[in-house]
Amino acid sequence: MRDLLVNAGFFGVVVTVGAFVIGGWISRKTKLPLCNPILIGAGLVMLVLWGLDIPLEVYRDQCRILSYLMTPATICLAIAFYEQLRGLKGHLPAIFIGVAAGTAASLGSVWLLCRLFGLDEALTASLLPKSVTTAIGVVLSEEAGGVGALTTAVIILTGILGNVAGPFLSKLFRLRDPVSQGVAYGTTSHVIGTSRAVEISGLTGAVSSLSLTLSGLLTALFYSVMI
Amino acid sequence: MKYVCQLGLILAFSLAGELLAALVPLPVPAAIWGMVLMLIALLTRLLRVEMVRETGRFLVTILPLLFVVPTVGLMACFDLVFQNLVPILAVLVLGTVVTFGVSGLVTRIFTRGGDRDA
Repeated sequence: MRDLLVNAGFFGVVVTVGAFVIGGWISRKTKLPLCNPILIGAGLVMLVLWGLDIPLEVYRDQCRILSYLMTPATICLAIAFYEQLRGLKGHLPAIFIGVAAGTAASLGSVWLLCRLFGLDEALTASLLPKSVTTAIGVVLSEEAGGVGALTTAVIILTGILGNVAGPFLSKLFRLRDPVSQGVAYGTTSHVIGTSRAVEISGLTGAVSSLSLTLSGLLTALFYSVMI
Repeated sequence: MKYVCQLGLILAFSLAGELLAALVPLPVPAAIWGMVLMLIALLTRLLRVEMVRETGRFLVTILPLLFVVPTVGLMACFDLVFQNLVPILAVLVLGTVVTFGVSGLVTRIFTRGGDRDA
């Protein structure tokens, strides 16, 4: 039975979609912030893989279609952005300044904390790009001697954290307008934060998409100057 | 046919993004190049929004699902995470709060009238 599932092409994708749907259901039922569909979904998949003793590589290989869709799906954030452009035009300078300040704050605070805890170069390089989208972050981390898998993990956890804690943080910092909320979501937690921002309002999502692109580009620029 | 054309166009932008990412010596991935290209195409009216809208919305909706697979990849570095659990958690939480606060507040200050409703 196990060998049958390991060799079945659709097993990984079906488990992933199923786990995500269950995660979404639990998240709606409990309304607990930590019960995020991505987090629960991934946890359930890990349990299945562990229970059936399926190697991670086999699962990843079966889910290639999902990784394959990541690029086209991210590109399509441009559509929402374009549709909201009119409402956004007057705010462009504020968005640029906000994203630049946020990117500097992200790199600065992570660097400072790594120094404080005495983490080595490799760990620091792995953690620094934690607020940018995975595709950019992993390349930057590995170029600077970091561990790609760890960078992927912290990037996704940062995304989920921003997605989950965003409403609370918005209240804490009294961010009420869609522009400052969108910049905060996009700069802090890239695509995963943006998927929450899209749910708040079209304009928030559009600002968040722009911010994640800008912060990714600024971080890449920072790396190419520093290294 | 409409959806086939939409999908084809979106995949074409992905290909164009991939080519740019390979040609330009910057650590900018295909997805970001593709996004910039699609935006330019929309702004210059080379691409009308109706030509990609429905399929594009569908893809954006399933984005969170796509992140489950790399999250499962966390299994590969459990050891490294648990050896440095406290610093990593501190970086995650404090870094997120600082970044969210600074980016949001700075934007609010520079947004016209934004400080009025604060």
